[in-house]
Amino acid sequence: MTGEVTLLVPRLLQPLVDGRDELRLDVGAGALVKELLDAIGTEFPVFERRLRDETGELRRYVNIYLDGEDVRRLAGLQTKAAAGQELMVIQSVAGG
Amino acid sequence: MTNNEAKPQGRGTTLLAVGTKKGLWLGTSTDRSNFTFTGPHFLMHEIPSIGIDARDGRTRILVGLRSEHWGPTVAHSDDLGTTWQEPDQGAISFPSDTGAALERVWQIQPDSEDRPGVVWAGCEPISLWKSTDGGEHFELNRGLWEHPHRSEWGAGFGGAAAHTVLPSPADPNTIHVAMSTGGVYRSTDAGESWEARNKGIGAYFMPDPLPEFGQCVHKVARDPNNPDVLYAQNHHGVYRTDDAGDSWKSIAEGLPTDFGFTVLTHPSRSDTAWVVPIMADGERIPPQGQLAVHRTDDGGRSWTRLADGVVEPDYNVVLRDAAAVDTAEPAGVYFGTRGGSVYASANEGGSFAEVLSRLPDVLCVRAAVVEL
Repeated sequence: MTGEVTLLVPRLLQPLVDGRDELRLDVGAGALVKELLDAIGTEFPVFERRLRDETGELRRYVNIYLDGEDVRRLAGLQTKAAAGQELMVIQSVAGG
Repeated sequence: MTNNEAKPQGRGTTLLAVGTKKGLWLGTSTDRSNFTFTGPHFLMHEIPSIGIDARDGRTRILVGLRSEHWGPTVAHSDDLGTTWQEPDQGAISFPSDTGAALERVWQIQPDSEDRPGVVWAGCEPISLWKSTDGGEHFELNRGLWEHPHRSEWGAGFGGAAAHTVLPSPADPNTIHVAMSTGGVYRSTDAGESWEARNKGIGAYFMPDPLPEFGQCVHKVARDPNNPDVLYAQNHHGVYRTDDAGDSWKSIAEGLPTDFGFTVLTHPSRSDTAWVVPIMADGERIPPQGQLAVHRTDDGGRSWTRLADGVVEPDYNVVLRDAAAVDTAEPAGVYFGTRGGSVYASANEGGSFAEVLSRLPDVLCVRAAVVEL
């Protein structure tokens, strides 16, 4: 089985992905969120660096939801995404 | 040759860059009193560091950015902020073997005129970086990163950072770095190795008040003509060294207090320096709420209070990088407060004009005479 995952891009970061509001990611029979971010990083490295630091960790105030579930409450970046699922990037409520 | 961001020049267009907690403002002026500003650039990004690199016949503005959400990065502009570039892989990125991640870029320091392309950066976590391509890519200095003192360096209130980088204009092998907390370190072998150079600088908050290292040195500035002369604003204490840091002596007598964050030296004249006193560690306001710059013209033997044009009262402090001199003669002096005021003086502090008001907290100010 093959297919795509849709990653919804927050408005503030859309200039870093050629103005797109979503990215379609080929996941084959399923892929880890980490692998999807790695793939994004090859095409849109500046965007990917907004989500993860150079150790590969998700930035503290960046949240990624898989079909509405915070991946930190699942298996983190080792969470597996399947075709048809939706990833959403949302920043935490933070700052003053 | 000076160690500032461009050699002293005649009057021309002065570029004033103001980094705040929520964006960057850029101003130009031909008289250093009336500025035309653009901004905010990078709205909602903290701008803790700015470098104006006027070498090589072009003006490059480098900024350290940090978003609370999206992290830190470095961007540069060669057209006074009309467009900005950010390298794909990031100008500063910790090698994987360090296991570290960049938190904040505290300092961007172009090297001297005869080392075009060389730009230094001081960062949090405590680290020193060198670029040879005008600040587009930096390499981690392993000598400081792997220093045996590292495990004992601490974090000041703002974070653990190398916040001051001073390459010697006279000797490419000599570099001074200051960190909070840790103090002053010097390399004489182009960064291969580093030695603490804090003899005489106090650390009242430690069991040994005069330790080899561990001081909370807030800022250091180098004399423009004698590279062995440096001035330091400490966490209580104002000092001068005449031997490149081998020993420091107090020059605080004559100042209203010895606490503060910033110290500046003249771009071309020896023995002139500026500080902005703050009441005390436990009382972080200008003395009696009256903000003032103090200048010495005799190497720290005496000080003159300068506040003409500064609005009173003002209970906001001037942070370590929120003050700068330009590269003209007479030197322009600039500073910004945590209350969002930015002042400019075209006569070395003799009088000030408030050129910006009610900005977010001012974190960094830089100025230079540039070619447009």
